[in-house]
Amino acid sequence: MNPPHPRFSPLQRLLHWLMAICVIAMLFIGVGMVSTLMPKYLPLITIHKTLGIAILILALLRLALRLRVGAPSLPADLPAPMKLAAHLSHYALYGLMIAMPLLGWAMLSAAEYPVVLYGRKFLPAILPQSDSVHTLLWNAHYYLAFAFFALVLLHVAAALFHALVRRDGVFETIAPLPLRDQAAPADV
Amino acid sequence: MPRLTPSSSRYTLGSLVLIAGVIGGVATAFAYTAGWLSPDRLTPGKMLEALAPPGGPALGHRRNHAKGICFTGVFEANGNGAALSSAYVFTKGQYPALGRFNLGTPNPDAADATVRVRGMGLRIATPDGQEWRTAMIDPPFFPVSTPQAFHALLLASASKDPNAMKAFTAVNPEFANFTAWADSAPWTASFAEDRYNSLDSFIFTDDFGIKRAARWSLLPAAQSVAITQADLAKRGPDFLEREIVERVRGGPQRWTLTVTIANPGDPTSDPSKAWPEDRRTVEVGTLVVGQIEAERDGPCRDVNFDPTVLPSGIATSDDPFPAARSSAYRVSYDLRTAEAKDYPRTVARTVAGAKP
Repeated sequence: MNPPHPRFSPLQRLLHWLMAICVIAMLFIGVGMVSTLMPKYLPLITIHKTLGIAILILALLRLALRLRVGAPSLPADLPAPMKLAAHLSHYALYGLMIAMPLLGWAMLSAAEYPVVLYGRKFLPAILPQSDSVHTLLWNAHYYLAFAFFALVLLHVAAALFHALVRRDGVFETIAPLPLRDQAAPADV
Repeated sequence: MPRLTPSSSRYTLGSLVLIAGVIGGVATAFAYTAGWLSPDRLTPGKMLEALAPPGGPALGHRRNHAKGICFTGVFEANGNGAALSSAYVFTKGQYPALGRFNLGTPNPDAADATVRVRGMGLRIATPDGQEWRTAMIDPPFFPVSTPQAFHALLLASASKDPNAMKAFTAVNPEFANFTAWADSAPWTASFAEDRYNSLDSFIFTDDFGIKRAARWSLLPAAQSVAITQADLAKRGPDFLEREIVERVRGGPQRWTLTVTIANPGDPTSDPSKAWPEDRRTVEVGTLVVGQIEAERDGPCRDVNFDPTVLPSGIATSDDPFPAARSSAYRVSYDLRTAEAKDYPRTVARTVAGAKP
């Protein structure tokens, strides 16, 4: 008789799913907007900047919650390499959620572009203009975006693997609603 | 039928296939969004490729309007524009201006008399922290109606096929107007004698929220003196830069900024169509060019004259060009800042004793 796995707090779960939508939308908007010179380029780039700042704020809130509330422990029988991968990927996801908006903001600052969000809200420049710094930040923002997307895919694959193949309760810790399995604990 | 239970290997296999399908599907959607599955999508990169001269782009330079000379000055708003737009820049007062006279060529070394289109990039900053950036040119209308047609024009003019331009003009008849202008409009021997036009339409919003479609122009105070292309050529490949340096040294040069308001039904989405002459036109102020600045290492170099950097009170319209220009200018800026070493800011000083 296994005790029910403790779950993430409701606020943590809410933030997770809200941000999942934001981050995936963000990656698609980013890669789409730079591929077009159609009129939609302008609204897309405004959404990209605004959503980026929203993600930054939510990620900081989420990090604070994580440090304060913590996270359910992984199943004891999870192989060590998978545990390590789980931990490292979570560090990377948190790092990217915080770093990517800052890189984007700094990149625009280093190019002397005004940073204008939806509703014509202006953000201050956080760096002076610099060719070399702009190039460095541009490269970081660009290549880390693809790394971020790969990591998101890996995260989704791992979540589904936990939910469908291992059925070890890990997915249920973050599931938006209690799942059938948890409501009626398994017949194991 | 055997039941699929979590412990059955068929269930596990099915789950793995499902996971692979989900991941593959999302990755494919991402690739589609990025344009990797759409070779025909007109990307900003393709536009810049088409702009580049046969030998490739001039590294470190703007990908178009590469030849130019920077200036600083002020914009003196007379207050009349405040009736059209709530932008601070139309409040009576003086605001710092930075700009760049330029030639519509991707070649920074092009001879002046070989370039038909001249332009001005301009940035006016206001105390509310906002900016108005614009990049204007001297023809009275744009050569083509859409960014796609502009791309096709670049491809046709670079094509070795002798019929390419004929085929292009057949599909884009508006281009004939531009050819007629290019063949007949007088040349001048000074940037100070040229008129610069936004051509694109923008939406001005006043304090009451009323929106009006508008275009703007800078009208030179200096008398325009016509010169033939051949005579301009005789003055040397870089005459315009020398001339404007001397002229501004002799005294500030002025342009009147006028805003023209569309009548209902005027074409706002097509900069190749000029509006009739009788449209309401408001003089909103004067651009005073007080000093010519270094081009290579001056204050313009860091600025992308992106026409979508607009103050509150001016916004883009249904004209598709500002978005296309913003997108392409951004890539041009990304490239040239990454190539800064190919266009060093100051010509490297010879270190004593060092051999080049």
